[in-house]
Amino acid sequence: MKNKFNLNIPISKWGISFFSAVAAIVIGLLFGFIILLISNSKEAVPGFIAILQGGFADGAKGIGDVLYNATPIILTGLSVGFAFKTGLFNIGASGQFTMGAFAAIFIGIKFSFLPGHLHWIVALIGAMVAGGLWGLLPGILKAFTNVHEVISSIMMNYIGMYLVNMMIVDYVHDKIKNQSLPVAKTAILPKAGLDKLFETNNLNIGILIAILAVIVIYIILNKTTFGFELKACGLSPTASKYAGINAKRNIILSMVIAGALSGLGGGLLYLAGSGKYLQVVDMLAPQGFNGISVALLGMSHPIGILFAGLFIAHLTVGGVNIQLYSFVPEVIDIIIAVIIYCGAFALMFKNIILKLNKRGTKEEAGK
Amino acid sequence: MDYVIEMNHISKIFGNFKALDDVSLSVKKGEIHALLGENGAGKSTLMSVLFGLYQAEKGDILINEKPVKINNPNDANDLGIGMVHQHFKLVHNFTVLESILLGKETTKNGFLKMDDARKKINDLSERYKLKIDPDARISDITVGMQQRVEILKMLYRDNDILIFDEPTAVLTQQEIDELMKIMKEMTEEGKSIVFITHKLNEIKAAADRCSVLRKGKYIGTVDVETTSKEQMSEMMVGRKINFVINKEDCVSTEPVLEVQNLTIRSKDSKKNIVNNVSFQVNKGEILCIAGIDGNGQSELVQGITGLMPISSGKIILNKNDITKQSIRQKCRQGFAHIPEDRQKFGLVLDYSLKENAVLQTYYEPRFQNKGFIKFEAVSDYAKKLIEKFDIRSGQGEDSVVRGMSGGNQQKLIVARELDRNPEIIIAVQPTRGLDVGAIEYIHKQIIEQRCSGKAVLLISLDLDEVMNVSDRILVMYEGEIVGDLNPKDVTVQELGLYMSGTKRSVN
Repeated sequence: MKNKFNLNIPISKWGISFFSAVAAIVIGLLFGFIILLISNSKEAVPGFIAILQGGFADGAKGIGDVLYNATPIILTGLSVGFAFKTGLFNIGASGQFTMGAFAAIFIGIKFSFLPGHLHWIVALIGAMVAGGLWGLLPGILKAFTNVHEVISSIMMNYIGMYLVNMMIVDYVHDKIKNQSLPVAKTAILPKAGLDKLFETNNLNIGILIAILAVIVIYIILNKTTFGFELKACGLSPTASKYAGINAKRNIILSMVIAGALSGLGGGLLYLAGSGKYLQVVDMLAPQGFNGISVALLGMSHPIGILFAGLFIAHLTVGGVNIQLYSFVPEVIDIIIAVIIYCGAFALMFKNIILKLNKRGTKEEAGK
Repeated sequence: MDYVIEMNHISKIFGNFKALDDVSLSVKKGEIHALLGENGAGKSTLMSVLFGLYQAEKGDILINEKPVKINNPNDANDLGIGMVHQHFKLVHNFTVLESILLGKETTKNGFLKMDDARKKINDLSERYKLKIDPDARISDITVGMQQRVEILKMLYRDNDILIFDEPTAVLTQQEIDELMKIMKEMTEEGKSIVFITHKLNEIKAAADRCSVLRKGKYIGTVDVETTSKEQMSEMMVGRKINFVINKEDCVSTEPVLEVQNLTIRSKDSKKNIVNNVSFQVNKGEILCIAGIDGNGQSELVQGITGLMPISSGKIILNKNDITKQSIRQKCRQGFAHIPEDRQKFGLVLDYSLKENAVLQTYYEPRFQNKGFIKFEAVSDYAKKLIEKFDIRSGQGEDSVVRGMSGGNQQKLIVARELDRNPEIIIAVQPTRGLDVGAIEYIHKQIIEQRCSGKAVLLISLDLDEVMNVSDRILVMYEGEIVGDLNPKDVTVQELGLYMSGTKRSVN
């Protein structure tokens, strides 16, 4: 009788993580379909197909759009995931992202004396430094005064947002549109032929830089002594202390790196030359919070984050497309939210799968 | 013959691991039946099957000669089976009375009726001489008292079959003696007791019969009176065990570690947890610090190793003042530390065996090149430790430490610390919770280190260990050293007087 539910597949720990992520996604999509049915049952099926097709509906251009949308959230996801691996919850990705974006734009506008091929590189480095600085403060507070990083980085989000609003108005203000001025041509990221390949003007080497960041973080975490220390501090602060690992230094460095990744994400988005400007609005950058979703869905693993970022970008593009069937794109936000909720239950799915597996072996042994 | 429990041909499998393989156990009415075995032999699993926490794949259970099926602890309770777990399951901010009632409250119209319960508990505690204060909070009473609460819980539920899972692990000698007496009284009242342990002295003192398990298999049942300790331990381990430790004298006069006037002030009161402690450990010496738990021994060690800040005093290693040095610097200069809490401090539980093997040495050139870990070198090193120190685990050097047995976790720490070729080994309760085989092994390793000219500072609560292993004993009481003794001239009783603060010979 119990055998009916016997899922006796010999899968590894990573396999189980993957299955639970897939389970979360399926449930989220089904939920989205129900919402489509409720809001307009006639168009629900084609609308749902549009969501599933996402970027693939539009040929090369669609895929290009997915890659463009994925770039910033892969980086904020990496920022949250990296900090998480080292035992810290970086909820401040939003503020770090905004600071990075502003630094990139500021350098992009004011440092036009730099030679063309250096300008955008300096702007990106500036973005990383600014983001890193925004991670540094919560890191120092955590390391030396044991102030929880969640509290301090939430506050840093607001400080960053208002500070950037103020600085836009003071230094790089486009008064008519109430937004930042356009950056110099030399500060815009090179396209490297990607725009032609994917037939979209938005795409540039940003996605390649994001992938590079994924690889670098993967190597740091898994191959280096630095990553060994960071993970040890995350898994067991007491045992790390016993082993003589400098936990304070590692907390600070970890937050700085996380901040720099978010800042880089901000830089890449606003230097893309896609017509995006920093608006003077009292709103936290949503990319920072999407980063938390991406990190959760990717189980904090760099490679997982890469694919989670691509997947969420794929849905976002689908969300644009469903407007053809007179749906609002916010449906996508609901679907993503449900997926994340289910992602939080990923552990539960994991346990269910493990249990079913165990039951399988048990039944066999009982025979 | 009246058997209250008969467990026949029980098998229990976890994944690919046979925890119990065709094990049988019969307990007579009114006896104390010891269940003896090393860690991981399957004692607790067998009792968990009886208590309904696990279901066996094969075999059947008879209670009072009737076949039963026990699916959960409630079923077990209905059959009159009660269990005192190794780690007590009590609510810390409840009173004793509330804890005993929990799950079995008598109510009237939804309101608790405490008075009847209080009377019953008072009767029970009088009858079995289990003195307790029903209104004390669990968090305020000693571990021994908490155990009494657990026992009263079983009695309150009118259980006739009582399971004690390693009840003496947390008790002092006096408390152990008292527990034995209480257990005997309960059997006289017609209750039957299953007593899980790996301590042979206690079996000799209390049990009527003894069943031995080894690696999930049933070895046999013997009469305790007619069987010697040596025979029982041989059944348990499968080979002869050497109880007496042979060691030749090799203490020199050359100090390795000197501690001078060390004081550690408590965080929340002005009291000194460690008060002006001075001593030295010489080459080739095992210096043991004895004392009842909580008299400052743990803090003393944490102060010396650097895990806790010290208020004043000096620490000198081989004539160098290392008071202000970091944990890593101390480690590099020859500190080895086998910590009290192996899971909290000694290991990163979610790291693999090999990663834990290099926890303090990963940055040395043999394990890294320009910041990149040489995984092959780490693996080879871990393999070497596994072989040299006989560490057993599921997937060799890649096993996650969390899944390893306590004994093997400890062996890994001992292996890692001793293999660093230290100057001084600071070991806190290195054999706590381990079985005879592992204890024998770890003692042998420590003595070997001593004989090769190392110094050893051993902190232990186990008086057998203190007497057997050490060259010199310091007794700590309320943060101070109150005795400096030679194990050859002192008896366990006398040591007890020092430990309880009634006697002191050092000022």
